[in-house]
Amino acid sequence: MPDALQHLNDLKDIKKMMERSSRFISLSGLSGVSAGICALIGAWFANETLNADYYSPANGRMYDEAGVSRFADGSALLFNRLFLIAAATFIAAFVLAFVFTYIRSKRAGLAIWGSTARRLMFNVSIPMLAGGIFIIHLVQSGAVGMIAPACLIFYGLALVNASKYSLEEIRYLGYGELLLGVISCWFVEYGLHFWAAGFGVLHIIYGALMWWRYERAD
Amino acid sequence: MKNPIEHLNKTFDSRIRLGIMSALMVNAEVNFNELKELIQVTDGNLASHLKTLEENDYVKVHKGFIGRKTNTTYTITKDGEKAFKTHLDALEKMIRALD
Repeated sequence: MPDALQHLNDLKDIKKMMERSSRFISLSGLSGVSAGICALIGAWFANETLNADYYSPANGRMYDEAGVSRFADGSALLFNRLFLIAAATFIAAFVLAFVFTYIRSKRAGLAIWGSTARRLMFNVSIPMLAGGIFIIHLVQSGAVGMIAPACLIFYGLALVNASKYSLEEIRYLGYGELLLGVISCWFVEYGLHFWAAGFGVLHIIYGALMWWRYERAD
Repeated sequence: MKNPIEHLNKTFDSRIRLGIMSALMVNAEVNFNELKELIQVTDGNLASHLKTLEENDYVKVHKGFIGRKTNTTYTITKDGEKAFKTHLDALEKMIRALD
């Protein structure tokens, strides 16, 4: 029956079209790898800063004479060394991730800024913004040990949410971040290590796997 | 066995119409340019297939503006959804029958 093949192809076309039209699939694995490398570099600088006793209670950068956190005032945060490292890391990771995804979508002939990208960004932003506000509040109230767990947990939730609007596999990266985040709540002194494992190592592993799976052939 | 071909919808014979319907099934609305990019056809070709679907009351056209540029979006109708699902079921049955 010659029709059979055509019907099968029809079904495949339908499936492909539903996928392509509703998910942002040009996210490149290399974006994950580059973001992971940025995170590791950022974590290294942060570690240096912490090891240099930059925030030791003695030098008064963390608490004033009365023992009140200096970051209770939001403006003090902006010029803080760790905050700058975090911001630089985020910007570098974001720009590099964008570049690799841009290259990939150009190659595949897909628009980078369509309704799928918009939907993905919107749905990632919800947990990220809530998390960002929560973390600023953690810093202001002096609960600095909870920053790393909070970053990992909110980012993990954002990824699980994102998986509905992009590659399905992002869900597993999200689970990984969530798991690390939850565990790190009990190991506050290793916060930066967990942070580096989640944002660095997991990103690199995930990105490399995705690249291997979808882009190797290109 | 009942003949499953009778449930195959002639309107969805074309790959382009199939593509349009698939995209509209999973998206609340899709505009003309997005459809063009997804299916990779010329303006005229896409427009004529959309017209056919519109005449069958399977899709609905919404004309609007973004700034001064026209923005034509399409949504699927209840009839369209039903017809497409029936077509999909028929395709599935045909393939099952061959196994």
